[in-house]
Amino acid sequence: MTHPQQQAVLTAAGIHKRFGALVVLDAVDFTMAADEAVGIVGPNGAGKTTLLSVLSGAFPPSAGTVRFKGGDVTSLPATQRCRLGLVRTHQVPKPFSGMTTFENVFVAASHGAGLGRDEAYEEALGSLKLCGMLGVANRRAETLGLLDRKRLELARALAARPTLLLLDEIGGGLTDGEASELVGTIKELRQRKIGIVWIEHIVHILLQVAERLICMDAGKIIADGEPQAVMADPEVVRAYLGGGPK
Amino acid sequence: MSAVSSSPVIERGTATSRIAAVAVVIIIALLAVAPQILSAGAVDRMTALFIYVILAAMWNALAGFGGLVSVGQQVFFGLGAYFAIRLAGAGLNPFASLFVSASIVGAISWPLSLFMLRLRNGEFAIGMWVIAALTHLLVNLDRLVQGETGTSLISLNVYDASTRRAVIYWLALASMTALLAILFALLRGSTGAAIRAIRDNEDAAASVGVRVTGTKRLLFVLAAFGIGIAGALWLATSITFQPKTYFNVQWTAYMIFMVLVGGIGTFEGAILGALVFFLIETWFGGTGVWYLVGLGATAVLFSLFLPRGLWGTIEEHSGLRLLPVGYRVRLPADIADGGTAPSPLQTTQHQEKA
Repeated sequence: MTHPQQQAVLTAAGIHKRFGALVVLDAVDFTMAADEAVGIVGPNGAGKTTLLSVLSGAFPPSAGTVRFKGGDVTSLPATQRCRLGLVRTHQVPKPFSGMTTFENVFVAASHGAGLGRDEAYEEALGSLKLCGMLGVANRRAETLGLLDRKRLELARALAARPTLLLLDEIGGGLTDGEASELVGTIKELRQRKIGIVWIEHIVHILLQVAERLICMDAGKIIADGEPQAVMADPEVVRAYLGGGPK
Repeated sequence: MSAVSSSPVIERGTATSRIAAVAVVIIIALLAVAPQILSAGAVDRMTALFIYVILAAMWNALAGFGGLVSVGQQVFFGLGAYFAIRLAGAGLNPFASLFVSASIVGAISWPLSLFMLRLRNGEFAIGMWVIAALTHLLVNLDRLVQGETGTSLISLNVYDASTRRAVIYWLALASMTALLAILFALLRGSTGAAIRAIRDNEDAAASVGVRVTGTKRLLFVLAAFGIGIAGALWLATSITFQPKTYFNVQWTAYMIFMVLVGGIGTFEGAILGALVFFLIETWFGGTGVWYLVGLGATAVLFSLFLPRGLWGTIEEHSGLRLLPVGYRVRLPADIADGGTAPSPLQTTQHQEKA
């Protein structure tokens, strides 16, 4: 990656990820600007979540580099990347189940965003309000239903004050109506100039937000560009309808 | 978003908890003058109670708040006593030895944490037991200790019995109060929220910016220091040091018992559990084997019927919080009504079991 885009905030170059003999990511190159909203689609096992984990620092790539805001973050753990503004949500929600909804979000505001107590209160309350969760602020997270757990993932990530938000199937398992609510919240984030990388299976939901679409298959990016063009790409159609990995 | 005239307020305490804070101060003041009226035997028993409270609070901090379940905490109890013997043997004032010893225990736990905290869950729990067993053997090699024959904190004999008893009582009370205060401040602060987040989901905690390893280390070292003080104080009350008594896994079993019965993960629970354990021991301790059978049966009954312990159950049913470390959001009436937020995004409300 010798010529990154001028305002590229996140660049991944030559990313490989192997688990034993299994190659999950195979020479993935990815660049995005700070104000972009990028959707990632692809069949199950394409390596989407693995890519997100490599970008967020949940685990290091087997080869390749990740740069964020101009610095090499390949070896930085998730904690440090979050503090730099690169924050993810989890496909299967991972609430702090013994803590209240507010406390979940407060942790992110005080540690991820590094805010003092009063500012962290404000930030946490603001995130809860944006995600429509003030009414369940005092509920233990283990008592929340799926929609609220998904919202909590979003609220918690937001409270860490991200520059770039990595969303992993935040709409998965929700009804269309519920997913639309989340889209409303995510559109609000776009107004705040937060960049978004969003993995989603429900394409029509994704296309309400994504300005650029990437399709992955078998650990590679097979299409990247304007959403309608990507969806019409013969290779993308083949990946979804079968006919082999290539 | 709808314009809300008043915004939500974060509450850290309640009217009850403010009364409780005053009550705690009064109780500690009363305890401080108690040796004037209590019999010698009662003073010794109360000293034991303070030590139990320290043990329960430290194990609860580690496991209940931090998720670090250890069955080897007796290593710090034993080392606390051992270093006190060593330091006093080298000529240090015996009372000063107790606290210098605990500091050494805390200092040793730091490098120990470098590799122990790499272990997760059961591996950590059993790993700590292995460390305790190894340390026990190493201490036995010290000639001063004379193997399992043990030795005594003889330098305490320069003080007459009543002075000794009262001073140890006050030291135990002061140690307990200070340790509980430090723990309370830690758990109530933003580090406390991080500690609980790590307990609930380590990966998620890291993903929202919590320094996982550093936070666990802080808790681990604090627990080691506290249990080290407890071990040193126990030595001071019982005078004799036999390694197998101090490095016995029963100490950790007692800690677990107190925390499970009192209410794991609640600050008040550990104190209550220590009190329950103390009363059971006081009333039934003389009944030999049946005492141990009773302890075991109590633990089983609690884990079956009151898994959140006495305090956890009280808190759940009455909402009573005396020494709260958490956060409550008080919503303005227009939001709180009906339990839904005034967000246009929220059209469905999922009410499961509350």
